[in-house]
Amino acid sequence: MQLPQPDLSRLADDLRSRFAELRGEVRQARGEIALHVPVASLDDAMRVLRDEDQFAFEQLVDLCGVDFSAFGSGYQGLFVQDAINERSFDSRDETDSQPRFAVVYHLLSYRHNHRLRVRTTLAAGPIPTCPSVVELWPAANWFEREAFDLFGIAFTGHPDLRRLLTDYGFIGHPFRRDFPVYGKVEMRYDPKQGRVIYQPVSIKPREVVPRIRRKDNFGGAGASG
Amino acid sequence: MAEIRNYTMNFGPQHPAAHGVLRLVLELDGETVVRADPHIGLLHRATEKLAEQRMYLQSVPYMDRLDYVSMMCNEHAYVMAIEKLLDVQVPIRARYIRTLFDEITRILNHLLWLGAHGLDIGAMSMFLYAFREREDLMDCYEAVSGARMHAAYYRPGGVYRDLPDSMPIYEPSKVRSKADCDRRNEHRRGSLLDFIWAFSERFPGCVDEYETLLTDNRIWKQRTVGIGVVEPERAKALGFTGPMLRGSGVPWDLRKAQPYEVYADLDFDIPVGVNGDCYDRYLVRVEEMRQSNRIVRQCVEWLRANEGPVMTDDHKVAPPKRVDMKSGMEELIHHFKFFTEGFAVPAGDAYAAVEHPKGEFGIYLVADGSNKPYRLKIRAPGFAHLAAMDELVRGHMLADVVALIGTMDIVFGEIDR
Repeated sequence: MQLPQPDLSRLADDLRSRFAELRGEVRQARGEIALHVPVASLDDAMRVLRDEDQFAFEQLVDLCGVDFSAFGSGYQGLFVQDAINERSFDSRDETDSQPRFAVVYHLLSYRHNHRLRVRTTLAAGPIPTCPSVVELWPAANWFEREAFDLFGIAFTGHPDLRRLLTDYGFIGHPFRRDFPVYGKVEMRYDPKQGRVIYQPVSIKPREVVPRIRRKDNFGGAGASG
Repeated sequence: MAEIRNYTMNFGPQHPAAHGVLRLVLELDGETVVRADPHIGLLHRATEKLAEQRMYLQSVPYMDRLDYVSMMCNEHAYVMAIEKLLDVQVPIRARYIRTLFDEITRILNHLLWLGAHGLDIGAMSMFLYAFREREDLMDCYEAVSGARMHAAYYRPGGVYRDLPDSMPIYEPSKVRSKADCDRRNEHRRGSLLDFIWAFSERFPGCVDEYETLLTDNRIWKQRTVGIGVVEPERAKALGFTGPMLRGSGVPWDLRKAQPYEVYADLDFDIPVGVNGDCYDRYLVRVEEMRQSNRIVRQCVEWLRANEGPVMTDDHKVAPPKRVDMKSGMEELIHHFKFFTEGFAVPAGDAYAAVEHPKGEFGIYLVADGSNKPYRLKIRAPGFAHLAAMDELVRGHMLADVVALIGTMDIVFGEIDR
């Protein structure tokens, strides 16, 4: 099996020169290249990445949604108990103009042995929308259905945008940060009615290990001497 | 004239050939499938959401439960993503151990696949043969981690502990005679490496046995040749990876193309199919077992000759030595903080992929600088394969649906996550 060695700097240069007009931003870290494109030019950018010879990304490896509304939250103090006592997270309200959702694509080129991560942040609004890439890569079909199901991201142009993983008749988008990990309803058999019923969940939310973000050089970490 | 209508049928979720909980809504025209609509999610446990609520180390056992027939490969992608973000160097011995167990896992997975696929389309005895060898490999899992399946053996920075010097021995009892024990204990007198070596001597002969049963079997060929043909370009577009892609004739394997751990130093070949049908994918997987055996032997030889640490000495990531923890105050505090608060991973994102027995298994990890992942996305190979189910079964007979589910090597733990 003869394969070209991945040449990251060449790919990064090609991306920079080709995507300048589409306002793409190239980032390179840990041996990976990421391209951030605005959602308006996503469709064009993806077509270029698949069809032009210097990129030739024949495969969409992965597509996922990310909810950035709680990014950077977490307890910074010294005692873990304090973090458990104060519930740190409160969700953003819908009118917030900061972009909340992002869609992340992982592309693979067999010809050049390259990988690329494409990220686009979606405009704030009641329903985040993103153009579908099913036409370019049929593999995107289920990945987009999954992102719609779990995050409520609507992919315009998707031929069959149904829920995929959650239950029939499920309400809500469970991977959003404001959706509790315990869920909102629980199910039990009701002997009076003689059938299975749903009712509001009776478990109290509880955090065993809080999310802790230490300040830089906490406890002398990284200090020399 | 009677009115002729298409017939809609429910396949699963409790059908034995559905390999778990697949509900397949099939639209039939006579016995020909017109449309297939897989309904998945019956095993959805929201592993990705759960991982956001837990420290990095606590999610390692969740990875075992994704694809529950190739446990350590799942862990491998997860710890590789963490190591990438932390920029931790893994000791060379740990890398060989990981390679060894990745290949043992590949054999384990392909044996189960071969047994279950055979069982689905009528080769009953395959299952019994495959499980005979699986038992020995499960013992290897148990020897290193204490668990036969859900090992939690790979850790960020290395592996949990070094390979043991002895294997557990069967003892005679009311239900097991001394002669039987002696036969089972024949290769258990030495270390784990001796046990694996003895297995690798025997295993190519076992694969020959499987091939005697299937490769030229008339019924087997009638059920698999020409079924579910995928063109190479279409396979790429549909997101196929692993044997599904190689069966179509694309020579692509992450172990060769983007080598991780020590695969670059090892000698092995990548089998590739020609026609892209179920039979070629069967041949590819059988040959992969032989190649895995080659890799296992090379790893055992290296591990016998070279000693060394199996965990990084960066104690931000690795727990203190147990004997130090029992005798030193600082180590005790370190141990307590390590397992209650965990370690922080610097903010950023990383994607790590391994050549899982089923295809490319990837972990996309977004870290926010705290002790828990911010977002974890699991890229399961079976997910993309099952998504192409509709396209593959159209025009085939109802009985071929079972052959196609089998050839995809579907496990619902990873598809539903």
